[in-house]
Amino acid sequence: MKTTGTVTGIIANLVTVLVDGPVAQNEICHINLGGTKLMAEVIKVTGRNASVQVYESTRGLKQGDKVEFDGHMLEVTLGPGLLSSNYDGLQNNLATMEDVFLKRGEYTLPLDLEKQWDFTPIAKAGDTVYAADWLGEVLEGWLKHKIMVPFSFDGKSYKVKDIVAEGSYKATDRIATLTDEQGAEYEVTMLQKWPVKVAIGCYQEKPRPNRVMATGVRTIDAFNPIAEGGTGFIPGPFGCGKTVLQHAIAKQGEADVIVMAACGERANEVVEIFTEFPELIDPHTGRSLMERTTIICNTSNMPVAAREASVYTAMTLCEYYRAMGLKVLLLADSTSRWAQALREMSNRMEELPGADAFPVDLSSTISSFYSRAGQVVLRNGEIGAVTFIGTVSPAGGNLKEPVTESTKKAARCFYALNQGRADKKRYPAIDPVDSYSKYLEYPEIIGYLGKTISPEWVDMVMEAKNIVLRGKEAYEQINILGDDGVPLSYHENYWRSELIDFVILQQDAFDKTDCNTPFERLKFMLERVLKVCRVKREHDNFEACASFYKELINAFRQMNYSVWQSEDFAKYNSSIDNILGNDK
Amino acid sequence: MTNKAYQRVYTQLEAITKATVSLRAAGVSNDELARVAGRLAQVVKIKGEIVTLQVFEGTEGIPTNAEVTFFGEAPALTVGEALSGRFFNAYGEPIDGGAPIEGERRYIGGPSVNPYKRKQPSQLIPTGIAGIDLNNTLVSGQKIPFFADPDQPYNKVMAEVALRADVDKIILGGMGLSNDDYLYFKQTFESAGASDKIICFINTTDQPPVERLLVPDMALAAAEYFAVDKNEKVLVLLTDMTLYADALSIVSNRMDQIPSKDSMPGSLYSDLAKIYEKAVQLPAGGSITIIAVTTLNDGDITHAIPDNTGYITEGQLFLRHDTDTGKVIIDPFRSLSRLKQLVIGKQTREDHSQVMNTAVRLYSDAAGAKTKLENGFDLSDYDRRCLDYAKEYSNRLLAIDVNIPIEKMLDTAWELFAKYFTKGETAIKQALIDKYWPIKE
Repeated sequence: MKTTGTVTGIIANLVTVLVDGPVAQNEICHINLGGTKLMAEVIKVTGRNASVQVYESTRGLKQGDKVEFDGHMLEVTLGPGLLSSNYDGLQNNLATMEDVFLKRGEYTLPLDLEKQWDFTPIAKAGDTVYAADWLGEVLEGWLKHKIMVPFSFDGKSYKVKDIVAEGSYKATDRIATLTDEQGAEYEVTMLQKWPVKVAIGCYQEKPRPNRVMATGVRTIDAFNPIAEGGTGFIPGPFGCGKTVLQHAIAKQGEADVIVMAACGERANEVVEIFTEFPELIDPHTGRSLMERTTIICNTSNMPVAAREASVYTAMTLCEYYRAMGLKVLLLADSTSRWAQALREMSNRMEELPGADAFPVDLSSTISSFYSRAGQVVLRNGEIGAVTFIGTVSPAGGNLKEPVTESTKKAARCFYALNQGRADKKRYPAIDPVDSYSKYLEYPEIIGYLGKTISPEWVDMVMEAKNIVLRGKEAYEQINILGDDGVPLSYHENYWRSELIDFVILQQDAFDKTDCNTPFERLKFMLERVLKVCRVKREHDNFEACASFYKELINAFRQMNYSVWQSEDFAKYNSSIDNILGNDK
Repeated sequence: MTNKAYQRVYTQLEAITKATVSLRAAGVSNDELARVAGRLAQVVKIKGEIVTLQVFEGTEGIPTNAEVTFFGEAPALTVGEALSGRFFNAYGEPIDGGAPIEGERRYIGGPSVNPYKRKQPSQLIPTGIAGIDLNNTLVSGQKIPFFADPDQPYNKVMAEVALRADVDKIILGGMGLSNDDYLYFKQTFESAGASDKIICFINTTDQPPVERLLVPDMALAAAEYFAVDKNEKVLVLLTDMTLYADALSIVSNRMDQIPSKDSMPGSLYSDLAKIYEKAVQLPAGGSITIIAVTTLNDGDITHAIPDNTGYITEGQLFLRHDTDTGKVIIDPFRSLSRLKQLVIGKQTREDHSQVMNTAVRLYSDAAGAKTKLENGFDLSDYDRRCLDYAKEYSNRLLAIDVNIPIEKMLDTAWELFAKYFTKGETAIKQALIDKYWPIKE
């Protein structure tokens, strides 16, 4: 029998329930408010009192209202049809809701259960299978969506008793019957459920990341590349271009499936995705971007507790597709809002606070979430990956705050957005000196870059980084001592770094050519720029030095705006030769 | 707001703080309104039999045997066409001597619009102020605050923007408004002959601060009525949101919540977002645009209130006193309209984007020249021209007393370019130079 309870206390969306039976931590319950069922999650139990956080507004809730416990944690439904969907943080399908306003207690089905899917079996009767093994596949748009032995079957081996023939089936139809070692039979459909706060295991191993995921954003790919299955984060004050950068990565990132979690951010930004993504073309496949994108949207005005759930929901969908041997990219904007949701609840529960009133376990909560990303080898030897990039919105733009500091411990790439760069309109405003990618130290990644781009690549990147650093030092000296107060070589150093900044690091996200630079083109440009920087030049004075480099920068930028290997591209390329004269 | 006849009267308070009272009561629902010794209050906490009420007017003089009655409903506003042209207090009761509104009662602080049902904002709102129209164009459905120091004329600018904007309704939510400013708004709207499209919800400085918490929700409930039910274009003015946030911190403090940054409640971001995110472009054509005021302490935008606001709103308009011209200008560096690219060059002339960027870039060159001057370095001819340009640009385009159509703003900018710079120095696309560069007589 299900546990039930009655409401005894209410503070905003924290409700205390007196229960009549066993309850589990994180168990889901429904509170009956005059016929409307409000979903809630257990977050603390003391004696017979369970504290639950309600995923909706608690307006009108009374002491004595009835509560029913569901007996499981917050789950998502996994199956064909997830791709291209628009969900809220609890996996309600936003597109199938009728009203303009979100109605309290209205929960919609995440998947279309009437749709027929063309199923092709992979396993056959008599096979021994384990959790997450592929039984068959259906075509979900362009994607071969694997139907797997449910993850919850983990820990035992099963025999396929029978599997349906190739044909058209609904997601709820039985597609196979499995028997366990004791002979018990289990019917498997295309659907399975999984609790979002538990990581999906069921793989053979999780090796160190060993490939680079191209983002098309030069300052990331060249200076601080992110690995496939890697983790990174983008902290930055408001107005520094966090969202534009995330959208750029979502548009160009080299991944099979992209899940975007809009967590506590502006609704109009999500509307932009809804409006533009179906029209935009995926540069890797030529299909509409929306065909590889799923959106989990819990904007800042939607209930706070569901905001916390939204990042877990998004991660679970990513892990599901990873188990199909796909490369998945998760973008969460912004993880600070998620941390704030944790803070609001911890505050209402009157827990002793940590720094800035955040819960003391913030750091471990963030690291265990980031650790769900990664590249995995499946049991059949196929490789899948979840790459995770989160944004952080530090209060007052100050990076010495708990969320940024905790995330820094967990993520391997750090893309610091710099207010100064944003003010000068140097976008993307990623600070080339403060940012880092730990992956550049991985022998696997160095080997991969050497093999796929060129053996000198990493050395070239280091050389370019060094020039930028020298330039920054020179710039500071020039500012203190004046243009005439420093040797000419300082100006030379400064302008070399400006050349790299303008040509490689800055990129126009709104230009259809410049927005995306594949590695082949990046290699060409970086080699060309470094060649210029390596030559020692004589200038009459600092003004001559500046105008020489300004002219060069202009020609290089025109190249960036020209289609790769086009006539224009060649034209500007040779105009650079003219500027360089004998020193080319 | 009438009490229901069958409601039980409680007369035994268990606890009183500066903003709240607690008592034993049964059958009370969360968020519901009550009257404590004649003052309005709202349920903020239920713990077993103990109900805690936030008393909007404050608890001064409330005795432990005060009469408490519960209304059985959350705060609501009576909506209808008759709202137009009326003035209300924070509870939605008329303060202009007119008759009470008759119509449907709607709960304030209602649910959010399904993000999937929203439309992308696409309609420009012209204001005549070049610092806004040219550099930080407003779009209907946008939410944007003025960031201003308390001594700047933000309420005046806002009233002007409201009157020039082509909208069906203007709804003013005044929080902690000084009586003088309240009367200023009233007179300005009346003398502009706009009284019939104005609706005001006013909490002045001489009224209790906690009452302010109701004002934005009242104003937005009225806005939703006209935007959703009547498909109208509604502009909501909220001033001053810093005082609203201060009231939030008072309440959370009285409820023993642990403060986060700058003594603000940990939920400040969500509290502000709930208000600002009511700005929307609806599929049926109605829209809600929010222009707010956030006063700053000496231009400090890292304080929790402007900081959280900046993360929520779609840009900010930064007012600054320009010492060179003696005028208040809209700072082109620190101001931003995130939605401007949805309209500029589409609903405005093709050269808008380039002219805007070039004008600001040259203005920033002037700032560089000024620093050089201050540090005692020599100025080049270009530096000097930049400085002259900056003065005229500030005077003729950035100042808030400008009132010209957008075409004229663009033409003025071209005129300044031609006066102080060569075509090459502007680095504008050749095709646009050919078309718009002024020909000298």
